[in-house]
Parts: sequence; C-alpha cells; structure tokens
Amino acid sequence: MSINIKQRFYFKIFSSLSLIAAVNFVYAQTSVDPLDAPTWETVHKTMLFNEEVVFDERVKVVVPDVAEDPMNVPVSVRVGDIGEIEEIRVFADLNPIQKILNFYPGKIEPFIAFRFKVQQSTPVRAAARTKDGVWHVGGHWLDATGGGCTAPSVSSGLANWEDTLGDVKSRLWSRKDQPDRLRFRIMHPMDTGLASGIPAFYIELLELKDSNGDLLAHIESYQPVSENPFFSLDLESNRYQGLTLTGHDNNGNQINKVLQ
Amino acid sequence: MKPTVRFFQPHDNVSILMRTFSVLILFILTIQVSKAAELDYNLIAEPVVEGTYVFVGSTKYFSKQNGGNIVNTAYIVTNAGVVVIDTGPSYRYGKQMRDYIESTTGLSIIKVFITHHHPDHFLGNQAFNDVPIASLSGVINGIKLQGNAFTDNLYALIGDWMKETEAYIPTEVIVPGKFSIGGHEIEIIALDGHTDSDMVIYDHTTGVLFPGDLVFHNRTPAVANANIQHWLDSISKLQELNYKYMVPGHGAVISDEHAMIQTRDYLSWLHKHLQNALDRGLAMSEALTLELPASFQSLDILHEEYKRAVLQLYPDMEQNYFN
Repeated sequence: MSINIKQRFYFKIFSSLSLIAAVNFVYAQTSVDPLDAPTWETVHKTMLFNEEVVFDERVKVVVPDVAEDPMNVPVSVRVGDIGEIEEIRVFADLNPIQKILNFYPGKIEPFIAFRFKVQQSTPVRAAARTKDGVWHVGGHWLDATGGGCTAPSVSSGLANWEDTLGDVKSRLWSRKDQPDRLRFRIMHPMDTGLASGIPAFYIELLELKDSNGDLLAHIESYQPVSENPFFSLDLESNRYQGLTLTGHDNNGNQINKVLQ
Repeated sequence: MKPTVRFFQPHDNVSILMRTFSVLILFILTIQVSKAAELDYNLIAEPVVEGTYVFVGSTKYFSKQNGGNIVNTAYIVTNAGVVVIDTGPSYRYGKQMRDYIESTTGLSIIKVFITHHHPDHFLGNQAFNDVPIASLSGVINGIKLQGNAFTDNLYALIGDWMKETEAYIPTEVIVPGKFSIGGHEIEIIALDGHTDSDMVIYDHTTGVLFPGDLVFHNRTPAVANANIQHWLDSISKLQELNYKYMVPGHGAVISDEHAMIQTRDYLSWLHKHLQNALDRGLAMSEALTLELPASFQSLDILHEEYKRAVLQLYPDMEQNYFN
C-alpha cells in the first residue's frame, strides 16, 4: 500500500514534469520572442489580435543595426518557402505609430522593400499569415537615436509640394534567373501628424493591377512610411507589362498611373 | 514557470540586510569614482616637424571606450604664441588638450582654426572661449545649422565624456588667402566635398599641410555630408600643393600622396558601386549587404562605414534616379 502511494506520488511528479516540458516546448515554438522585447505581448495583441503566431526565421527582415537617418530607415521583408502568404504586416513595437504597412502579395512574390521613419530604438517586425491563419513572425532590433517621427516632412516646408503630389515614377527590371524587379516612387509628404501643427497626411492604399485591370497585389500604408515613398516588389519573370498603380491618400487624393 | 520569490521574514537579521546594503552603496560609489577618474583622453602630442605637433586619435568610430577621440587635432608653436587646429569631440577633450599645450610649451594660445563643422573637430571649442576661434563662413553656418543636432547625437554615442559640452560657434570669420602669424606664412584654402565647406590650412614656413577630413589615412572616409564629385575635385587641388608632411583628419601623419590616393580611390569606387546597385534595381537594404572589394580591406572600419555610406547617400540617389 505504502509502495503504491509512493509510486503514485512519483508518477504524479513525473507526469507534471513532462507536462511542464511539453508546455515549454510549445511555448518556444509560438510565443518566446527571439528579440526578447518587453513589448511583444502588447504588439501581439494590438497588431495581430492575439492570433496564433510562430517565430519563423524564414520571414527575413533586413534593417540596419543602427538607423543613422531616422527619417529613412531601409527595410526589406522576404518570406521564404512556407506556402502561400495572404498578408504581411510590418510594424515597430516602440514607434509612436507602430503600424507601418500591410502588404497583400496576392499574385506576386512575398517580398517588399521600402523606407520608414523611427523615433527611437525598437524591434522591427514582419508577420506573414499563411492560409491556415497562422502568423509567421520575423524581426530585427534597430538602434536609433531618435528624431524621425516628430520632425515635419521636408516637403511640408516647400511651397511647391502640391504640384507633384501623387506623381509616380517607376521602372521594371527583367532579371536573369530571378523574379522581375519593380520599383516605383510616389511623391507624397507622408506627414505623421506628430509634428506640431501639421496634420497626418499619408497614402492609405496602393493597388497593383495587370493590363486587364486584375488585382495583383495591394498595400495598406501608414504614417511611418518615409516621405516620397519608394517601393520595391518582385514579380514573376517576363510575365507582366502595362501594369497600373492606383490608390489614394487619407485626404482622398487619387493615385493612378500606368507603370513604365 | 515563475521563479520562486523569497521574501525576508520579519525575524531575519536586520543587521545582515543593513550590512549588505552598505557594502552595496560602497561598491556603487567606488564604481562612480573610478569611472570619473577613467575619463581621461591621455593626450600625448607627436611632433610633425619642429614646433608643429599632432594629437593622433583612433581610426575607429565614436564609442564610450574612446570618448570620441577618433580625430587628429594639432598645434603650431609660433613666435607670438600657439595656433590650434581643431578642438576635438568634447569640452573635456578641449580642456585636456589646452592643459597639455600650455603646460608643455609654457605659451598661451592665440588662435584656434576649425577645419569643418563635424562634431569631432569643433566640440572642444568651449575650452578656448577666451581665444579667437576662426573658420570659413560656410563652416560657421554649418555649425549654426547642425551643431546642436551633432551635439545631441554625440551625447547618445559617447555619454559621460560629453558632460557640459555645447556647440560653441566660432567667433571669427576668416577669408581664404595668405597671412603671417608669429613668423609663419599660413594659407587658408576654401574647398568642399567632405562637407559643404572644408577649410584647408597650409603652413608655407614648415611645409605642413592640414587638409582636415578631405584626407583619411588607412581609415574608411566618412561621407555623411559629402558631395563625392566635389570631394574628388578638392583632392586633385590638394595634389598640386608642394607639402612636406600632411596631417590627415583621421589616421597617421604622412609625407607622400598615399593617403590622398586611398581616399580618392575609395570615394570613386563607392560612387560607381552605389550607382551600379541602383541601375540593377536594388533596394537600399539590399545595397547594405553587398560584398566589398578586397582592395579596401586595409581601411579601418570598412564595413561599418560602408553601411553608413549606403544609409546616408542612397536615399538621395534613389530620388535623383527618377528626377
């Protein structure tokens, strides 16, 4: 009898230990932030609505270690082979405006590069949602001395910025053995609303369509995207011509351009 | 699993707590005292020629370890007193530099020249606030415009070394040309390219040339405010001068063209390389990670400075690409 009790006792210990091990294993897969940022729980809630996440090295976020120019921090996100990607959210935990951009790659490659503004050192993350609804998260710490977000745009101080507002210039590169590269620039102040006396004024939506007018991909952008934004996207080799870019800013100004 | 937290119970020995606490305080105080004592640039001047000396700084980037002493500052001992060229990265540096000069020469300082508006070259100005501090109007404007931002940035980069440092604006505008000071024929040459205004000082009496940051020696050039084409033109002009020794803004003193050629080659490569990246459709983050040629590996902090160059130059180059 006493042996039995002892055995049951040890069994209990053993099973609870293995339960802890199992929980810890799942934990490492889903919610231990490799960037070890105290903000993870908050952004998990605000940016991804507490939906299921996996930290995944195949979501490659390239930012420099040090911002250097906080108004122009380059970032690129490339998602490796983890299946079809429905949406990519790019955000910075410690930015006054965390949300930078949502990219819906649709029929093009899950790759996007652009520049954005930061106010202080912060994790920069990209979360890519696969068809099963799971967010695959990658990221990198960015060191910054500040000043990017509360400074007015350069163009808001220039008299003639309205003349070029919404102008689009672009180029498509055909490349051997890799996808075609599309780069386009849109003239826009992209004011954050955080600089005194200058309201938020930014591009909200960009849609990339093929020559039949079918949607290939779209981007929802937010205030932290840099002034006169410059986007790079990758498309299937030698397939597209006569692409168009349409969209609008938060004041209803339209963007509409046949890309070169 | 949460770690177990153990609270001291009321019956725990209070004196143990107190003792631990006071030992801790003593420990913190010791650290503070030794930290304050450590903030010494240990400046020792090296002679270039008789009567001309240079404080040679590190060829690294700003850090809390080097206190921003990554720069060359210099002085010329003349009949009338000492002429100082650049004042270093902080008030502390300026004071230590001045103490060293006055105690070794026994002479007073009669003039300070500032070569350009970058923080490692002028933030020691406060230590010379009773002496005329002279520079080109372009340099002075640069300090007025960017001096405070540079100062804030250096507080972030080197911390305590910057204590009490402010951007002190030069007090005297100088025009390019030749003049005599304490028996030295000094020529001021106005060039640009490293910044919008770079002042070169050429001592005809000793043959020593002070090109400021238009020349880097065994150190990757910094291009934060650079116009590379102008910089290359300025180097061609410097090559025509008949100097004996050159005191570059960063790196060891040199008597031949080697440092100028290094600087020129890196800059022209950098410009072509970034233009080529743009022409291939590369995004800025892709340009950051490109391979660098083996021929530049002898330049200190190549990878660090290259990345900064991409961050500083690429946005404008991208904008111009579509203009």
